[in-house]
Amino acid sequence: MTELTKLTIAEAREKLKARKISATELTDAYLGAIDAANEAFNAYVAVTHDKAREMAKASDARLAKGEGGALEGIPLGIKDLFATEGVHTQACSHVLDGFKPRYDSTVTANLWADGAVMLGKLNMDEFAMGSSNETSYYGPVTNPWRAEGSNAQLVPGGSSGGSAAAVAAFLCAGATATDTGGSIRQPAAFTGTVGIKPTYGRVSRWGIVAFASSLDQAGPIARDVRDAAIMLKSMASVDDKDTTSVDRAVPDYEAALGKSLKGMKVGIPKEYRMDGMPAEIETLWQKGIAWLRDAGAEIVDISLPHTKYALPAYYIVAPAEASSNLARYDGVRYGLRVPGKDIIEMYENTRAAGFGDEVKRRIMIGTYVLSAGYYDAYYLQAQKVRTLIKRDFENVFADGVDVILTPATPSAAFGVADQEMNSDPVKMYLNDVFTVTVNMAGLPGIAVPAGLDSRGLPLGLQLIGRPFDEETLFQTAHVIEQAAGRFEPQKWW
Amino acid sequence: MSIVDTRTPDPKRFISGATGDWEVVIGMEVHAQITSNSKLFSGASTEFGAAPNNNVSLVDAAMPGMLPVINEECVRQAIRTGLGLRAQINLKSVFDRKNYFYPDLPQGYQISQFKQPIVGEGTVTVSVGPDSKGNFEDIEVGVERLHLEQDAGKSMHDQHPTMSYVDLNRSGVALMEIVSKPDMRSSDEAKAYLTKLRTIVRYLGTCDGNMDEGSMRADVNVSVRKPGGAFGTRCEIKNVNSIRFVGQAIEYEARRQIGILEDGGSIDQETRLFDPNKGETRSMRSKEEAHDYRYFPDPDLLPLEFDQAYVDALGKDLPELPDDKKSRLVSDLGLSAYDASVLVSEKAIADYFEKVAVSRDGKLAANWVINDLMGGLNKAGKPIEESPISPDQLGAIVDLIKEGTISGKIAKDLFEIVWNEGGDPKELVESRGMKQVTDTGAIEKAVDEVIAANPDKVEQARAKPTLAGWFVGQVMKATGGKANPQAVNDLVKARLGLE
Repeated sequence: MTELTKLTIAEAREKLKARKISATELTDAYLGAIDAANEAFNAYVAVTHDKAREMAKASDARLAKGEGGALEGIPLGIKDLFATEGVHTQACSHVLDGFKPRYDSTVTANLWADGAVMLGKLNMDEFAMGSSNETSYYGPVTNPWRAEGSNAQLVPGGSSGGSAAAVAAFLCAGATATDTGGSIRQPAAFTGTVGIKPTYGRVSRWGIVAFASSLDQAGPIARDVRDAAIMLKSMASVDDKDTTSVDRAVPDYEAALGKSLKGMKVGIPKEYRMDGMPAEIETLWQKGIAWLRDAGAEIVDISLPHTKYALPAYYIVAPAEASSNLARYDGVRYGLRVPGKDIIEMYENTRAAGFGDEVKRRIMIGTYVLSAGYYDAYYLQAQKVRTLIKRDFENVFADGVDVILTPATPSAAFGVADQEMNSDPVKMYLNDVFTVTVNMAGLPGIAVPAGLDSRGLPLGLQLIGRPFDEETLFQTAHVIEQAAGRFEPQKWW
Repeated sequence: MSIVDTRTPDPKRFISGATGDWEVVIGMEVHAQITSNSKLFSGASTEFGAAPNNNVSLVDAAMPGMLPVINEECVRQAIRTGLGLRAQINLKSVFDRKNYFYPDLPQGYQISQFKQPIVGEGTVTVSVGPDSKGNFEDIEVGVERLHLEQDAGKSMHDQHPTMSYVDLNRSGVALMEIVSKPDMRSSDEAKAYLTKLRTIVRYLGTCDGNMDEGSMRADVNVSVRKPGGAFGTRCEIKNVNSIRFVGQAIEYEARRQIGILEDGGSIDQETRLFDPNKGETRSMRSKEEAHDYRYFPDPDLLPLEFDQAYVDALGKDLPELPDDKKSRLVSDLGLSAYDASVLVSEKAIADYFEKVAVSRDGKLAANWVINDLMGGLNKAGKPIEESPISPDQLGAIVDLIKEGTISGKIAKDLFEIVWNEGGDPKELVESRGMKQVTDTGAIEKAVDEVIAANPDKVEQARAKPTLAGWFVGQVMKATGGKANPQAVNDLVKARLGLE
């Protein structure tokens, strides 16, 4: 049974099509793995056994008739941020207690239409706010990776920590995730998986619980580049219900894999060489450069001068939008309600009990930066910075650079309940330092595993592309993957 | 924004207080519900009177993950309204979020337009009057802007002993907020402005203007000052829902403010409510308690953009507006300015009149519509939509007068009959023998008979020709009023040898 869960999506797809395995078998293998191991990871907050078997049965029926979509019979985990009809959808927040929507998000609807099977809902930082999956109301997720010779539990990163851990631990074939400032790419880097944040507008946001509307974008976390390409193809669509989605044909991303890098120009931004960055990260970056050069790409030094302002600006824009987006969780219509003597007290009680500390912190920051008298100094200034960051990238792309290579994170995975991280929110926020620029500019970014550090923990590289040029990212990431090999955690669970 | 005073103080509008004259300054924010089948950002129905929470989509209830999608029809209606107000149409505008908590505001914010509205400055020409001499005065009221925004739902506090109920049917319905400049100087002007605005949106079909259903509501800003002085501190009277109440609220509020100032006090800038039962305003919240709405551009919506050609096409298809119609009635049909004003004041009346006047004598039609029809409707307390006489019926009566089949006097009787009993005026004239006699033979006979029977009167009339009228009256009486009065008059004079 465990062998089945080791199949990539591409491999399982062939075996299913050839009827060498059934969707039911494959699904049962995953459900068995989840039942056996979820306690160790806390990756799933809800497992939909019956629904999974039902969907697998329907897939088998279609496969038997020689029919079936691109993901027919492939069992997936879904981040709790995506609305799934009749199923636990709580953004891992207490405030959404008991909420089961009557609707499916556009992304999940697309996946089901292509034949995918839902295994359950995956843990995450509350409302996608966090970089360690420790802000979840349902408790932290444990990274399947451990440092060599250590039993210390490590975080899987966040906010899509459940997605990354479940993929790395073979508890699903692939997972949906979302990325507002790095929430796909940082957990992918921490778990040796592949995660892509597509161009803003490539994937519909409809039915995904909103964190920061102008930055949020859904994407997959998968075992390898090919699986990520397969999943994104199914997730992406233009959507009448999301006017920020873009009407562009979704290309066959898989077709980009294996293409030569000859003539491609790869930019290396000097501003991503940070003070205090571990030497191992720098070494990894140099390795990545060498691989791409060996594959025929031209390496050029570039400058993205406003990079240093990205993180502070991000932590103004994202909380500002969040403070407004989260106003709807007021105890009036759904989710948690803690009564009070009047409506104001009911609001206060509900929101005080319903939101965790990190969410409250961001709501307060967001409320502050939008307040009369502070708006110009903070929100408006941050928007100007955002424009400059975008322009930095535009200039580089206009100079002929096709893709930008950077480290994905400033470090490998850190410990659960890490003293340093948890005592200073800004330290935690620094996890996003290489990833937020991409969200601020609305560009696509992919994190691909590139090696292990001295303790045997995975490290990732990030590729940043032109708007809607996810194909180049898959093509280039595939070259890195080929060179670096793939990484699996030692099974301890 | 600096406020420009566009008006010259006019003593006839002053309010006299204990310390001398005062001038009231009024500006208005009118919320007009857009006529559309679905809401501003969702597909839910906007039908009035549905059972509570029946017209609510997932978006209107602010379910997690829902996104707004702009309804193009509402944009179209806002542009048409802007054109009707002769206003600047902004080809790019931006939706902002106005953040505050209230149970009938599910998102926790209202999507509105703050910095960049869809419509900019415009002007409304308002006819104020008539005064005691029956004269109208035209004033210009500036429009500051018109923007699109969502309506909130409705909280009901009288349904349960300890809880409030929320009805989200109205949540997300499209509103146009039309903001005037502080250009009005009396309650009559304010009422006339609101009436004119309602007329314009009804002509355009962009808002039904039904204030009793909440389709139109006004926030009235009132301040007072010594004539020609600097603007005073204003109070905003929220959500006044009838034109009459607007007048009452301003009258009360101006008096209240004058009273405070004359007692040596000062006005606190605040939001007030009008209580129609008591006819007074009372404080709702002070400036210190005002919300910080934390406006910012809605990241779920792209800026609203369209091109000039789109605006031009809408402008070309705009119906005739009241000011243009009035000019046309005066120049083409020869109506007086007064009659034309009365007829265009409501779209329904204008429509009725134009049906009557089509290829007929406009002045005659206007007389009948204004005097007989509107008089009758007024007395019966009916709106023109419920008129017992249709435009075709009234037109037929006008035809009968014009072709000389009946006299004006008979026409009044005929109008009465049609009003009460209905029927085809032409047939009624036949069947009830109301036809005017124009047969000179018959009239001659009647004249001769009257002259023969009254030799003494003949003598008197020859001495004093005005007495001929007595003979005319006698002949009319003898013919049951059906004789053509002009013909009778001519014959009597001829027989009496007065010409």
